[in-house]
Amino acid sequence: MLKLEKRPSPSVFWGRATPVLAVALTMMAGSLMFAALGKNPFEAIRTIFWDPLFGEFAWYLRGQLLVKAGPLILIAVGLSLGFRAGIWNIGAEGQYIMGAICGAAVGLAAYPTESRLIFPVMVLAGAFGGWVWAMIPAILKTRFNTNEILVSLMLVYVAETVLAMASTGFLRNPDGAGFPGSRNFSSYPAAANPELIAGTGLHWGGVAALGAVVAAYVLLQRHILGFQIKLAGQAPRAARFAGVSPNRLVVMCLGIAGALAGLAGMFEVTGPAGQISIDFNSNYGFTAIIVAFLGRLNPVGILFAGLLMALTYIGGEMASTNLGLPSAAIQAFQGMLLFFLLACDLLTNFRIVPARKEVR
Amino acid sequence: MFGGIDPALLIASLMVASVPILLAATGELVVEKAGVLNLGVEGMMIMGAVCGFITAVVTGSPALGFLGGAAGGAGLSLLFALLTQVMQANQVASGLALTLFGLGLSSLLGQGYVGIKPPHTGAVPFGPLADIPFFGRVIFGHDPLVYLSVLAVAAVWIFLRNARGGLILRAVGESHDAAHALGYKVRRIRVLAILFGGAMAGLGGAYISLVRVPQWTDGITAGAGWIALAIVVFASWRPWRVLLGAWLFGGITVLQLNLQAAGSGIPVEYLSMSPYLITILVLVIMSSGRGRAALNAPASLGQNFHAAR
Repeated sequence: MLKLEKRPSPSVFWGRATPVLAVALTMMAGSLMFAALGKNPFEAIRTIFWDPLFGEFAWYLRGQLLVKAGPLILIAVGLSLGFRAGIWNIGAEGQYIMGAICGAAVGLAAYPTESRLIFPVMVLAGAFGGWVWAMIPAILKTRFNTNEILVSLMLVYVAETVLAMASTGFLRNPDGAGFPGSRNFSSYPAAANPELIAGTGLHWGGVAALGAVVAAYVLLQRHILGFQIKLAGQAPRAARFAGVSPNRLVVMCLGIAGALAGLAGMFEVTGPAGQISIDFNSNYGFTAIIVAFLGRLNPVGILFAGLLMALTYIGGEMASTNLGLPSAAIQAFQGMLLFFLLACDLLTNFRIVPARKEVR
Repeated sequence: MFGGIDPALLIASLMVASVPILLAATGELVVEKAGVLNLGVEGMMIMGAVCGFITAVVTGSPALGFLGGAAGGAGLSLLFALLTQVMQANQVASGLALTLFGLGLSSLLGQGYVGIKPPHTGAVPFGPLADIPFFGRVIFGHDPLVYLSVLAVAAVWIFLRNARGGLILRAVGESHDAAHALGYKVRRIRVLAILFGGAMAGLGGAYISLVRVPQWTDGITAGAGWIALAIVVFASWRPWRVLLGAWLFGGITVLQLNLQAAGSGIPVEYLSMSPYLITILVLVIMSSGRGRAALNAPASLGQNFHAAR
C-alpha cells in the first residue's frame, strides 16, 4: 500500500508541473466526455486547442484570444491576492457587473458630448463600481464578522437583478424602440473602447490586464503588503504576532479584486460587448476563479492561465459551430480542469511513499 | 398590501417552498458537524435536479426520480470526498470546483429535457383530515417530501443528540486529532457525512425540478444551495433552527412571489432580490459581535485531517 508523507515545504518542481499535468489529465478526461457525446475526441481536442491558434481562421481567432483573456486575467489577478491571504471573494461576477453599469452610466450620462476626458472618467467609475460592491462583504466581514464567501456570492444575484433593471429601465436606449439594452458604445467614439492595433484584439482592457500582472508581481515580491498577504495565508498566527492587521488585509484584498473586476466589466461593456444588456455578463467572474488557481495564484502564471482559458472559450465556440459540441460541455470541461488541478496539488504538498509494516 | 393573499395558502406554499433549502441545509449541517465545509451545495443540488428530472421523465415515476436526484447529488459529493479526504485538497476551493463543474455538467445532461413536463408528484392521501378547515390545507395537503424533510430534521436532531454515531460524528468535527487518537476512523466518518450531505442536497434539487418549478432549465437552483449554506450559519449548527431558517426563507420567497403576482407598488426587481438581501442581513445579525465559539461552529470546520502516524 501507498501512504502520504507531508513534505517539509511544498515542492518547487511539482508546483510548476501540476498545472501542466492537470491540463493533460483534463484533456484526457475531456476526450472521454466528448466521446461519450458521440464526437470524435481527437477532432474535438484539436478544434479547441489547436485550430484557434494555427488553423484556417487563426488570423481572426488569435485576436479573439486577447479579447477573452483580458477580463479573465484582470479579474483573476485581483482574486489571487485574496485567495493567497485566505480571503475568499467569489462574487467577482457581481463586481464585474456593477463596474460595467457604473462605467456605462457615466458614459451614457455624457452622451452625446465629445471630450477626451469622458473615457478616463468612465474607467474610474468602473473601478469605483466594482470597489463599492466588494466593500460590502469587506465591511460586513470586518465590522460584523460575516462570512465573505456567502455575502459576496449573494451580491452576484443582486447585481444580476440590478443589471436587469439597468438594461430595461434606467440605462435603456431612449431611441431603441423600447427594446431592452443601452445605447451602443461603438457609435459613440468618446466613450468607446476600440481595438488599439487592428487585428490583435488588444483593447484598453488587455493593456490594463498586463499592467495588473506587473503591478501584482511587484506588490507580491517587493511591497510590504504583498509580504503580509503571503504571510497571512501561510501562517496566520505568525502574521498576527508580526502585527499584520487582518481587517486591513480584508479591505485591501477585496478592494483591489473588486476594482479590477469592475474595470474588466467596464472595458468589456464599452468594447467587445458594446452595450449594457440583460445577459452581457458571460460568467468571466466565475471562470476567473479557475484561472487564478490554474495560474497557481501567481501573476505570471495567471497570465498564461488566462490565455489558456480564453483558448478553451474560443475553441469551445468553434467546436460548437463546427462539430455541434454543446457549449455546456466546455463549461464542464473548465470545471474539470479545476478538479484535476486541486487533485494534482497533492504532489506539491505530499510525497507518496510505500507504507512499510512497522515493528510493534 | 396583503389584501389579496390567503394566509392558509401562504403557509401551505411556504412549507413547499422551503423544502429544497431545508433538505440541503439539513445535509450540510451534518457535513459541517463532521468538520467538513462543503461549499458545493449549489452544484450538488443542481446535479440532483437534473438527475432526478431525467430519471422521473424516463421511468415515469416521481419516487424513482427523487432517488435518482439523491444519487446524482451523492455521486458529485463523492468527487468532493475524493478531493478533500484522499487528495487533501483545500475544502473551499474544492467546493467551488464542485459548483462550477456541477453547473456545467447539469446543463450538458439536461439538454434534451428542456420544455418537458415531469410526472406529477401527488399529495399524501390523508382522507378526511385534509377537509379540516385551515389546518387541512396547511398541514395535510402536501406531497411526501414535505413530511420527509421535517422528519429528516427530527432524525438528524435525535442522531446528533442521542445516538452513539452522532456523538462520534461531533467528536470528529470538534477535534479530529482527539477522535483519531481514540481510534475513530476520521476520514471514513467524514466521507459518509459528505455522501449524506450530497444525497440530501440532490434530493432538494430534485424537489425543485420535479415539484417546485416543475420543469428543467439551466441554472434552475438559482442560488438555493448558497442560501442553504447561509441557513446553517443562521441556525448556529442546530437542527431545529435549520427548520426555522428554511421556513423563514421559504416564507420570504413565497411572499415576494405573491406580492409580484398581486401587483403591489414595489417594483418586481426589488422583490426578486429581497431573498438574497435578507440572507445577507440575517448573516450580519447572527455573526455580529460574536466569535466562532459563540456561534457554535464545529472547531475543526474546514480543516483537513492528515494522520501523522
